[in-house]
Amino acid sequence: MTDTLVQPSAASPTARAVRDLLRSRELAVGVVLLLLIAVTTLKSNAFLFSSTGWRDLLLTPSMLVLLAVGQTAVIITRNVDLSVGSTLGLTAYLTGRLFIDTGLPIIAVVLAGILMGAALGAINGVLVAFGRVPALVITLGTMYIYRGAFLTWAGSDRINADDMPRTFRDLGTDSILGIPVLTIVAAVVLAAVGYYLRTARGGRELYAIGSDPDAAELYGLQVRRRIFSAFVLSGALAGLAGVVSAARFGTVSSSVGSGIELEAVGAAVIGGVAIFGGSGTVWGAALGAMLLVTIYRSLPVLGISDFWQQAVVGALIIGAIVLDRVLVTRQERALVAARDTSAGSTSPGAPTLAPVVAGDAQEGTR
Amino acid sequence: MKFQNRRLSGLAAVALVASLALSACGGDDDGGDDNNSSGGGGGGGDATSVTFIPKNLGNPYFDTSNAGGAEAVEEFGGEYEEVGPAEASPDGQVQYINTATQQGRNALVISANDPDALCDAIGEARDADIAVVTYDADTNPDCRDIFINQADSAGIAKVQVDLIAEQIGGAGEVAILSAAANATNQNEWIGLMEEELAANHPDIELVETVYGDDDDQKSFDATAALLQKHPNLKGIISPTTVGIAAAARYLSTSDAKGKVALTGLGTPNQMREYVKDGTVTAFALWNPADLGYLAAYAAKALVDGDIEGEGDSFEAGRLGEYTVGADNTVLLGDPFVFDAENIDDFDF
Repeated sequence: MTDTLVQPSAASPTARAVRDLLRSRELAVGVVLLLLIAVTTLKSNAFLFSSTGWRDLLLTPSMLVLLAVGQTAVIITRNVDLSVGSTLGLTAYLTGRLFIDTGLPIIAVVLAGILMGAALGAINGVLVAFGRVPALVITLGTMYIYRGAFLTWAGSDRINADDMPRTFRDLGTDSILGIPVLTIVAAVVLAAVGYYLRTARGGRELYAIGSDPDAAELYGLQVRRRIFSAFVLSGALAGLAGVVSAARFGTVSSSVGSGIELEAVGAAVIGGVAIFGGSGTVWGAALGAMLLVTIYRSLPVLGISDFWQQAVVGALIIGAIVLDRVLVTRQERALVAARDTSAGSTSPGAPTLAPVVAGDAQEGTR
Repeated sequence: MKFQNRRLSGLAAVALVASLALSACGGDDDGGDDNNSSGGGGGGGDATSVTFIPKNLGNPYFDTSNAGGAEAVEEFGGEYEEVGPAEASPDGQVQYINTATQQGRNALVISANDPDALCDAIGEARDADIAVVTYDADTNPDCRDIFINQADSAGIAKVQVDLIAEQIGGAGEVAILSAAANATNQNEWIGLMEEELAANHPDIELVETVYGDDDDQKSFDATAALLQKHPNLKGIISPTTVGIAAAARYLSTSDAKGKVALTGLGTPNQMREYVKDGTVTAFALWNPADLGYLAAYAAKALVDGDIEGEGDSFEAGRLGEYTVGADNTVLLGDPFVFDAENIDDFDF
């Protein structure tokens, strides 16, 4: 690191904040999301203005937001968790079974779902962090193992709506002050994890590990412990998402959650989380999740066929990756230019250089 | 180098664990029926071994029909087995057909996820002298030996159109929520429903057909999109059990409850909640248990050589005598309508 990188920016904090915001991926995704909602609402008022439309707009993404938040914590450390779909299925079924077989109160069932998810995540965490096998392979394996365990446990059994108490199913649709309960749950989780990743030491270490695992190790960070906790968090959130799924859909069959792990990765990538770790925010991932879900809901309203829905999502993901590459290349060039300039300069704290640092290098260097 | 080795052995361990876990799942079904395993050779005096391959597992409709199949197999002293993919897809079914062929089962009873894609695998099974019966959803007629038709398509289309016409007062916009876009039987019913609507209900307009792929979430979202796209929609027909349950769950918690009628093909256990809360007035289905029961007896008759094709007849236990019709099909009977009055008489 050269001296330039540690100079405080000469720009005022407000100017920097505005500048960061304007350049951020989050804003871009947010704008696309708002445009999509606006266009769909022009086509059909009910999409936004009917009470069911408003509720669905907020409620439908809540499950994927939970998964995307967990996935982001894992991807930031340069890993990936493909087992979340199977974890979600298992906990959704556990939820139904607990209601059928035991008289546990709802809060205990929700906690059991989260604990089950965390335990399954811990298995991934142990294998990846301590077994030192690439997460892609491990979680691909556990994805099949968890799904297989689910099929063996459930067989061809299925949880029907009248198997679960009405008060629990009502959680899937009830609102408080116009905001659905499940959306509030997702928002609270998002805020907590977002705050932790941005400000807490543990959160910043996740970024450091993902930016350069070897350097993090040499620096003395507890790499294994941090990676392990990221997987436990991802599993616990997948468990919570399983409970949410049971409350929302009222039925649980053995195919619940299959394929949703890729949607969670897609949401994170669209939201600006770099697949090679070290960069991105849960806010972006949550917006990415909202965008993905809203695309699936609005394209049929716009009269676009199933095939094109998939193609649009694919194009978005590729677009996001290309945009990432372009930004990274530009940032590298800017950093090289800054280094070269400062090497020749007599005054290391030249104010003209500082904004480059503040604006472009934000996540990577913190 | 050492690091590399550790990584490799870790990989191998994962593969091993995964394959063990997977084979454990697959082996689960075999254990129970060992009491009459007689080596499972050709025909003759041996127990007839029948493998049921539904569209997917975890589907209550096939649970019921295959329970009927198991009952019939037990009655004639055969050996029953059920295998199938977790998700309804043709490639998922092919591997189970191949496995059954290798195991030399006497008969296969299949609900096809695609009319053409399974034909190669089924052809190999028939070359190995395995009787192939399709039920619920057919393949091309020249692929299989016999198709057990749950009700003729015209009857199914008519009962659903009649139900929706009655529920919306004979006029208005309706939509169809189907399974996969290439599902054989759904597409045939939809075609006939369109004809029936055009012929006998000119005031009912079919505005759109959407596909939920027999997936809860997708059917859920498709129902929401239908309601938003067609504000004047008066009714939805869903000729698939997963679709109608998801649509009912969505309707029961939306503004449209009571304004948009819903009917189609569903099972009593899934629909009980929604019939009682007033979201759904009436829906139809044949008795799936009888369907599986009849399919098992047809398989037995084929294996024993009692029937070969059109015109031959066979005894199907408590259901009585059936005759093979045109295209080697056997027809079960008329669809049955479930409503608030009778739904508590059923448990499947």
